[in-house]
Amino acid sequence: MNDGRRVLIILPAWNEEDGLPSVLREIQQQLPYVDTLVVDDGSADNTAEVARAAGSAVAQLPFNLGVGGAMRLGYRYAQQHGYDVAIQVDADGQHDPAYVPALLERLAVGDADLVIGARFAGDGDYTVRGPRKWAMSLLSVVLSRITRTKLTDTTSGFRACNRPLIEFFARWYPVEYLGDTIESMVGAARSGFTVRQIPVAMRERTTGRPSASPFRAMVYLTRAGLVLLLAMIRRMPGELKAFTPGTPAYAAFQQRTAELVARELTRA
Amino acid sequence: MRLSVLTSITGLLVLGYILELLRRQQLREKYAAIWLAIGLLAAPLGFVPDLLDPVARSLGVASGVSLVFFIGFVLVLLVSLHLSWETSRLEAETRTLAEDVALIRAHLVQQGGYPSTSPRAEEAGAIEAQVNS
Repeated sequence: MNDGRRVLIILPAWNEEDGLPSVLREIQQQLPYVDTLVVDDGSADNTAEVARAAGSAVAQLPFNLGVGGAMRLGYRYAQQHGYDVAIQVDADGQHDPAYVPALLERLAVGDADLVIGARFAGDGDYTVRGPRKWAMSLLSVVLSRITRTKLTDTTSGFRACNRPLIEFFARWYPVEYLGDTIESMVGAARSGFTVRQIPVAMRERTTGRPSASPFRAMVYLTRAGLVLLLAMIRRMPGELKAFTPGTPAYAAFQQRTAELVARELTRA
Repeated sequence: MRLSVLTSITGLLVLGYILELLRRQQLREKYAAIWLAIGLLAAPLGFVPDLLDPVARSLGVASGVSLVFFIGFVLVLLVSLHLSWETSRLEAETRTLAEDVALIRAHLVQQGGYPSTSPRAEEAGAIEAQVNS
């Protein structure tokens, strides 16, 4: 389903040499029309070499910047290399590339700038309990209000965005705790971008375990609340206004994508 | 009398240390200015602590020494806040530089002009702890 849009899958990776090759192979087999960029976030192992050997482009940070820092690098790469769509996928195999076409399709409808692959939205049977669940419900309620759409999995790192939002995120991407998921979404929504979600099923992660103790869940709830508050009151840099919906730049990017798709469809 | 000896000697030592750091170019002028100003204001008060007594009394503070304590505390608070601000700015600049390095390196590897083996790895651990916190 190559419709003329150039698609980049960004995989932020920190010490993922074990799982990364199979994740990359799966993407290449299922989605031969996309390019991948592995952002090696200052790994101490051979993440970068393994990714290169698997045939992916690699951007190697000289030291660890966290997921937010890695993602902004990914968006800057996508911007520099002229991609029309950027999709964030975790390098640990949690995100099933089979859902990527669904994300792309949802973006192509044209009424969404950011599409989130969400659990708890029908597909899959992932469950959580206790304070962690309260935190997630609180986030869902507040963020659904902010984005004026129903969101069920606001911390999902499985997301796709279009060219205008690539330009936006290349210039502004929060780097602190939960910034890569919550604050980036709030910032985009506050700037006028449209957020939508589609249901996906998440797989068990192949490496690492999520933290689950009630105490850590309470800490998570508190920090999430603080992040949310800061995201709401923070002033967005003024120069970003040139790329938000309603501006000539936004319209130009939209038109370029539409032309690409139209040309590809007439050729097919 | 003992208190004024202690405070005046401390004030002079701090002032001397700031000048020495400046002389060895270990301190940027923009920070030195703050510290020199504080030192120059505080040193005379060390010699004559009751200099501020009238001012203190008019503000409702019991003695000049207490007022100096209070002002000193506020100044130190402001200076450390300023340092946090500078650190945040520096961290943002460092991050942008790191991204630029990674982008340029990725480009060079694609053009075949850069050896694609990992150059660092060991030093990553130390810095990562700071950046991630």
